[in-house]
Amino acid sequence: MNPPSLLLDSLATELLEPVSLELPPGTVTCLSGASGSGKTRLLRAIADLEPHRGTARLGERAQEDMRAHDWRRKVMLVPAESAWWCETVGEHLQEPQPEALAALGFGDEVGEWSVDRLSSGEKQRLALARAVSFSPAALLLDEPTANLDPDTTRATEQWLVRYIREHRIPALWVAHDQEQIRRVADRHYHIAGGRLEES
Amino acid sequence: MEVIDLSWWQLALAAGLVVVLAACIYLARLGLAGSLLLAAVRTTVQLTLVGLVLEALFSVGSLGWVALMGLGMLLLAGREVMARQQRRLRGGWSFTIGTAAMFVSAFSVTVLTLVAVIGPTPWYEPQYAIPLLGMMLGNTMTGVALGLDRLTESLWRQRQLVENRLMLGESWSSACGSIRREAMRSGLMPIINSMAAAGIVSLPGMMTGQILAGTAPALAVKYQILIMFTIAAGTGFGTFVAVTVASRRLFDRRERLRLDRLTTSSG
Repeated sequence: MNPPSLLLDSLATELLEPVSLELPPGTVTCLSGASGSGKTRLLRAIADLEPHRGTARLGERAQEDMRAHDWRRKVMLVPAESAWWCETVGEHLQEPQPEALAALGFGDEVGEWSVDRLSSGEKQRLALARAVSFSPAALLLDEPTANLDPDTTRATEQWLVRYIREHRIPALWVAHDQEQIRRVADRHYHIAGGRLEES
Repeated sequence: MEVIDLSWWQLALAAGLVVVLAACIYLARLGLAGSLLLAAVRTTVQLTLVGLVLEALFSVGSLGWVALMGLGMLLLAGREVMARQQRRLRGGWSFTIGTAAMFVSAFSVTVLTLVAVIGPTPWYEPQYAIPLLGMMLGNTMTGVALGLDRLTESLWRQRQLVENRLMLGESWSSACGSIRREAMRSGLMPIINSMAAAGIVSLPGMMTGQILAGTAPALAVKYQILIMFTIAAGTGFGTFVAVTVASRRLFDRRERLRLDRLTTSSG
């Protein structure tokens, strides 16, 4: 069975005119735009975290055809700032994936780490590891390398692109850095004036 | 045993202590002297009025008047619950949830206690029904208000955490589970502390009142234990209902956290 695309069907937020778009499996679609232009709101609407018009579909199944928490487990949003509520990192991971953790620069012992000792960069990379531990069917990435140094950014984005291609999942990636967009994007859209335009 | 009557000038002596305290507060520039005197005046006026109402009610003793008095007390308690929340649900939800929670807990436990435990004739005898309901509502009100205030404040402050849990596919009830439990604990702690300290750290007000009025201490103690247990049940069930319903209201049909359904108290 072919993995599903993520489709936006006249999806509109308060800041954005209706968007119809197909995000094919195994591809990275980058989204850029000025701060406050509505990038994060669009991601939140796709994840069904805030009221919106229109709908999003994963293959044949629309948001409203699934229970909200089932939808979010499939179409997973990784926020720019992650929150951690259990004592250790391992308690947050559904099915820890050692390969992903290693690619992100962590050893097996990271599961025992206290979340209190995590730096912002570690939190950001571990949020990615946490998301993939749930085996999502689509990824919504809100500036996933914003807190990382240049070398770690390159390593993280290479792993992310490889993961997306190998697992044949669609990904919508919010980014500001034009160089990064050139490196990772299969397609690139820009939000300006409440409209989404292909770059 | 005869109860010693209190004249108004004897009360004036006690009021003199409050005036002296107000003077000290004024000299210490605490900015509370006016509030203290106003509260003292309110106490005098409110209790005098309620005394008159109770005397009239005791003489009439009909179910209709008792029910009307109970309804008035319930609505005032509902308003008080709403006023005590820093962030409250919009559009009358806060008042409705608080009032409904107190109705199903305080009212039902009071009626159950009157009918099944104390057993006065008739069962709504105002001498028993009104004080019992008053104590139930007063304590349940505190529990419900504390629980709701903790719930809304915690959801507001921890919205990033709750939404992050939603993003990982948790249901609304799981995502706010720890916050709901903390809110319920907040509502229940005062009555648990009161029960734990009763008779050791403090002598409960009702028991003290009964003893002053000439009741044998052993009987006063039995009534106090009964009241403590019923208050605990009423407060617990009321807090449970209020926190459960309010937390559900803060998530919509699609399990989205809807903090736009809260408004901030202007007070």
